[in-house]
Amino acid sequence: MNGRAIFAIIRKDLKVVLQNKGLVVPLLITFLVFFVVFPGLSALIPSIVTDFNPDAGDIEKLISQMQPGLQQELSGLNMSQKATVFLLVHMMAPMFLIVPLIVATTVAADSFAGEKERKTMEALLYTPTTDRELFVAKLLSAWLAAVATALAGFVMYSITANTASWSHMGRLFFPNAMWLVMIIWVVPAVAGLGLSVMVLASARAQGYQDAYQIGGAVVLPVLGLFYAQISGVMYFNIVAVLLMGLVFWLLDGLLIWFGSRIFRRGRLLSA
Amino acid sequence: MNKTVITINQLSRVFKQTVAVDKLSLEVHAGEIFGFLGHNGAGKTTTVRLLNGVIEPTSGNMRVLDLDPQVDGPALRARTGVLTETPSMDERLTAWDNLSIYAELYGVPRADVSTRIKALLTEFDLADRAQEKVGGYSKGMKQRLALARALLHKPELLFLDEATSGLDPIAAHHVNNLIERMARREGCTVFLCTHNLVEAQKLCDRVAILEHGRLVALGTPAELTSQYVRRLDVEIEVPAEQVPTTLAVLRSLPKLVLGEPTQPNSALVVTINKYESIPEVLDCLVQNHVRVYRLAPQEANLEQVYFTLHEEKEGVQ
Repeated sequence: MNGRAIFAIIRKDLKVVLQNKGLVVPLLITFLVFFVVFPGLSALIPSIVTDFNPDAGDIEKLISQMQPGLQQELSGLNMSQKATVFLLVHMMAPMFLIVPLIVATTVAADSFAGEKERKTMEALLYTPTTDRELFVAKLLSAWLAAVATALAGFVMYSITANTASWSHMGRLFFPNAMWLVMIIWVVPAVAGLGLSVMVLASARAQGYQDAYQIGGAVVLPVLGLFYAQISGVMYFNIVAVLLMGLVFWLLDGLLIWFGSRIFRRGRLLSA
Repeated sequence: MNKTVITINQLSRVFKQTVAVDKLSLEVHAGEIFGFLGHNGAGKTTTVRLLNGVIEPTSGNMRVLDLDPQVDGPALRARTGVLTETPSMDERLTAWDNLSIYAELYGVPRADVSTRIKALLTEFDLADRAQEKVGGYSKGMKQRLALARALLHKPELLFLDEATSGLDPIAAHHVNNLIERMARREGCTVFLCTHNLVEAQKLCDRVAILEHGRLVALGTPAELTSQYVRRLDVEIEVPAEQVPTTLAVLRSLPKLVLGEPTQPNSALVVTINKYESIPEVLDCLVQNHVRVYRLAPQEANLEQVYFTLHEEKEGVQ
């Protein structure tokens, strides 16, 4: 494997994406909403969960429907603290996964289908890179972008959550062990899932929009996790997160193996 | 004889129902400018892709720079440069970024990258706009930049697919000079795909003409014109008052003079059946007291070869 060539393609793909305001601005807005606005709103929690506010009862009722493990985790906390931990630590966990997924699918769609659409792929195919180097470089560019964004987001989220909740939490409560496992184990796998689905979608698609529409469905399993947790079917604890990561990694392996088989120079040209 | 750098033997490529390249066989020698002529869709670009190991042939075999493109594709592509039909530049990046990334991909030594890029940008008159995004470039500038990219790693074999398409006459002249210099002084072999027959006539040592993926003619421009051009256009200048007499004389020679003479300017243009008929035509004019000021056979060119072959092909079909 020619590391210099792989690095050059990654550099190129990331530069091209960063120059595209149509992609960067929506991603930046998503980043701010998920990692600054949502955790920042936790500052309002004490004023919502007062005894005089009927919404407080709703939250209590919602928590009572959760898995026993989660209820046990929240025991010993006052109402504001319960609501904060419930929302910022547990409810936001599946939503957090949407960000690496969106970044991975966006960059992968631009890198594979977008390049084909802009007719810049052909010049790349005449370089001495092998099919495998091209494939690895394109996967890595989307994966690195997604993981780096998620890591930056995680740091931002941690700072905002702890700062905004300091008045009623009185301590650093975020991240907990489950989040650390999620960031290290699940986020890279979810990013891999997004880009591997997009590799397959790009093989069929004629352009960026086309690929993005086909591959966009990959967000559904993550939304499914959110609904599973809010309906009390499951909750994000270390074991669940480890298992979830394993399933995502297995899916990644399968999809990337299949993607590598269809990634051939000739197909990229004649498609 | 020069070393052979490309050997193609019975090469075919079929896309579903379309035969893009049909049992193509030819050789290209080191240091020559080889013209690959054909209309759009004749199979030129497909052949370039096959020769660089970008697509696989349906049948047949080939050797390029002593390598098999299907087996040694990466090693081969490190020694070839390709200018694609569309410039294929990343328009969101600057010219400098475009070239520096491809310098990495082609393995240009790190210490030489900057010097090499500067030299090429200067050569192609793009140095002062090196830090501008390529999206703002004109078509001709993009084409020049794409050519600079193809030359970054000093290839031994250069494939140019419509190299001067979209260029203004001065830029086209500059590129043609560069192609000649690459071949004549630096020993680079040039495989020039074009449908610009004037350019091919001027630049190429040998040409191959392709029709629907099939090779229909191969040789030097002179060989092909003598082989295929059976008609000859001759300009005859006579006094204005003698034009009617001249026309009458020419019309009386149906075996020698083909079609109706035309008069696009002060001189008449006559198509005669062959070069050897010129004295006979002149003799008839003189015998009829026509005062011939000038009789100039027009040089046969590849354009006539091309159209003769095309007409033959259409006639067969």
